[in-house]
Amino acid sequence: MNIIEKIKKAKLVGRGGASFPTARKWETFVQTQSQQKYIIANIAEGEPGVLKDAYILENNCEDFLDGLILATRFFKPTKTYLYLRHVYYKKYFKKITKILDSKIKSGKIRKNIELICEPQEAGYIGGAETVLLRIIEKKHIEPNLKPPFPTTCGLFGQPTLINNIETFLNIALVSRGEYKNERFYTIGGDCVHPGVYRYKDNFSILKILELTENYPDFPFFVQVGGDASGVVLSQKQLKQKVGGAGAITIHKLDAKNSKNFLINLLDFFINESCGKCTPCREGVYRMREIISEKKVNYKLFLDLIENLEQSAFCALGMALPVVVRSYLKNICKIKI
Amino acid sequence: MKKINITINNKKIKVNLDATILEVAIHNKIDIPHLCYHADFCAKATCRVCVVEIVGQKKLATACSTKVEDGMQIKTNSPKVQKIRKLNLELLFAEHSTKCNECVWQINCELLNLAKKYNISLSKFSNRKKKLATLNFDNSVELDMSQCIDCRNCIDACGVMQNIHYLGLEGKGVKQKIASTKNKKIECISCGQCALHCPVGAAQEKTQWEIVEKKIQKKSKNKIIIAQFAPSIRVSIGEAFDLGHGRVMTGQLVSALRALGFDYVFDVNFGADITTIVEAKELLERFGLHSDQFLVNKKNIKEKLKSEIIPHRLPMFTSCCPAWVRYVEHYHKELLPNLTTSRSPHIHNAGIIKTYWAQKMNVNSRDITIVSVMPCTAKKFEAERKELKINGLQLVDNVITTREFIWLLKKNKIDFSKLKKSRADNPFGEYSGAAAIYGGSGGVMESALRTANAMICAQENNKICKSRIEFKSVRGLEGFKDARVKLGNINLKIGVVNGIGNFEKIYPKLKNYDYIEVMTCPGGCIGGGGQMSPTDNAVRAKRMKALQSIDQKSKIRQAHNNQGVLEIFQWLDQQKLNLRNKILYTKF
Repeated sequence: MNIIEKIKKAKLVGRGGASFPTARKWETFVQTQSQQKYIIANIAEGEPGVLKDAYILENNCEDFLDGLILATRFFKPTKTYLYLRHVYYKKYFKKITKILDSKIKSGKIRKNIELICEPQEAGYIGGAETVLLRIIEKKHIEPNLKPPFPTTCGLFGQPTLINNIETFLNIALVSRGEYKNERFYTIGGDCVHPGVYRYKDNFSILKILELTENYPDFPFFVQVGGDASGVVLSQKQLKQKVGGAGAITIHKLDAKNSKNFLINLLDFFINESCGKCTPCREGVYRMREIISEKKVNYKLFLDLIENLEQSAFCALGMALPVVVRSYLKNICKIKI
Repeated sequence: MKKINITINNKKIKVNLDATILEVAIHNKIDIPHLCYHADFCAKATCRVCVVEIVGQKKLATACSTKVEDGMQIKTNSPKVQKIRKLNLELLFAEHSTKCNECVWQINCELLNLAKKYNISLSKFSNRKKKLATLNFDNSVELDMSQCIDCRNCIDACGVMQNIHYLGLEGKGVKQKIASTKNKKIECISCGQCALHCPVGAAQEKTQWEIVEKKIQKKSKNKIIIAQFAPSIRVSIGEAFDLGHGRVMTGQLVSALRALGFDYVFDVNFGADITTIVEAKELLERFGLHSDQFLVNKKNIKEKLKSEIIPHRLPMFTSCCPAWVRYVEHYHKELLPNLTTSRSPHIHNAGIIKTYWAQKMNVNSRDITIVSVMPCTAKKFEAERKELKINGLQLVDNVITTREFIWLLKKNKIDFSKLKKSRADNPFGEYSGAAAIYGGSGGVMESALRTANAMICAQENNKICKSRIEFKSVRGLEGFKDARVKLGNINLKIGVVNGIGNFEKIYPKLKNYDYIEVMTCPGGCIGGGGQMSPTDNAVRAKRMKALQSIDQKSKIRQAHNNQGVLEIFQWLDQQKLNLRNKILYTKF
């Protein structure tokens, strides 16, 4: 059984946040004919509240690199890039290089595996697929139109396989028959034992909070999947699985200052918006204006949310509505 | 091309597989508003105004960037579309500090038009860019950041189209703005394509209409104020008055200038015929051939040629495009000796007006004000070039663009469509068909070839070759036109660069050419940075065709058959050599 069939059988999904079936991506990539092809391991970890990429580099680096080398040997790309968040590049460059040197005997293959440092100013969007491609191509930092998708038309217009570091790690495990349907969970916020944990991928939020002894003894809510794009859930909604990039952030419920959560969120998006499209650049700025007014014009606020949802250029702009809507609905109990 | 079926607003349409929704809509006259889309560029999909609903899809799609698919059902005006479109328009409008009262862009401001059409609320959001500064590019172009809606068309025009890359982005998010490059090797050449592609007039010409208006209003009795208009204006101005594309409006144009209060109206086509003769002669001289036929009497020929010191460098380049001259000055100084030393048509005209004509009319040349109406922003810069002065006198006092002219007409409520035709004043009213085509890419080259050919054939006494008028290989809108032509016994290798963005591609191959025309703006002056928007290839083609129709219908089709021009040359020959050369030539 070849690796793609194994991946399919294991039902691996991408761990970057979008949970796209890995086998489908690999099948498309293998079928796309081209003289040049690229593989990129995405270790940008742009989503705040998620720390698993760093955790893997620290604790499971060999397994991850096994997965990446396996993919490189399987697809024989022109180049394989490890695209690392600025601080990770600095901290783990030597470690990764050393492991690669020890694992690959063929100079030809080794030469084509390269580490790339994500520029610091890339920020939140620096890990989004098409942004990352533009950064490697030394273009202005912003997303590209999709379609075409990177798998068929990516780096320098060539087919490019982009997978998250955790996905490559899982691929290594699948190939060895050691995959146990586990994923990494990052727990943070107002909790006693913050950190990265590894459990079955179908555990509920509640179960994970209990297992890690993080279930708060005060009224709270959680944001699940990442601090910028994750859905907000109340204390009564914890029986769901953890989505996105596997983060659970606990927030102390502060009914008096319920706007603060939104203000922080909007400030983050104002800073991180690349400025390309109107709904994100202008809309979020206006939402921030509206929310800080004494009497909040929620109708206009929600119109701007709908505008983002309907017409933002990239997935990041479209992510904000999920957070805002779920917060207003589940925590503020505002009808939307 | 494979055809597929789609439905737009319940209407079934058969379309090309490769088209975008917006292209299909434009082709079928279905209105989808758009601001950042321009047919000259790839879709950027930044403004999000062209959103449409595709049945079965949760989210709206941008028509400019979404390709049609078989069976696609599109709604361009559903309630959801209207709501989102209007909100994005309101957000964009709040980026744009309104300065409409005195803004030239009123003649066709896309944002203002949409604001009215969609009845947007101007007070929903406060203006956020009020305090932003203006970038100035010489006395030609400016970019008012307080009016910019971040569509980025100017960056595409400057970089993708013109290959200058002077404009770029700085910062991100709401702090993002258009900025001039910090790379000191890159300079703006004042072509104005940023302005031509700006939907809101944030990038526009540095206006001089206010000065011109004041000069007309406050004119004292002994002063004369003259307007002269470029070859290309007459085929674009009708667009501003809903008269359609590619209409030849020379007569109305002259009447309109008179209605504005100009004492005399002269046609730069006359100057173009002078330019052609000077340039054709220089081309032959660079080949070591001296044509004495039209210009100077035989006795003086040796002396005069010596004083003109024309370097025999090939290829010879045209130099009537001032942005191209700036390009050479900034980026290719080594090519300066290759530029023809002939002055440009409106400078030729102005030189004759302030000498010959002033003398004839018995007026002091310092009492004459000349205003050029040009399709061009760089002409504003050219007019002030020191080396063009004669006896310390600036020849063209002011330059206004086609847009400024239209604005003046609209401001003064002059109904262009109802004006009676009139003729430009003599002797500057006469022109050949060769002058008429100056306004389109390849036109200067073709005009010069017609006259050079006649000069050579006359020398060789070859009657058959002398009759050749048309050189079709230099026409059209391709980026670079490459041809071989035979003038008498000379095989001439010629090239036409249509748009400065195409120049660097042929730069390494210059050795293969004898004569090259370069027009900075795609299409030539008909696509100039001072022209009416929208200008795209479809529009350029119509304007170019109109110029060619003037040529076709002209009785005289070669510059050297313009009797008025020949009289000027006779007069020039009687003048002191220094003055004659000053009027005809320039140096770089």
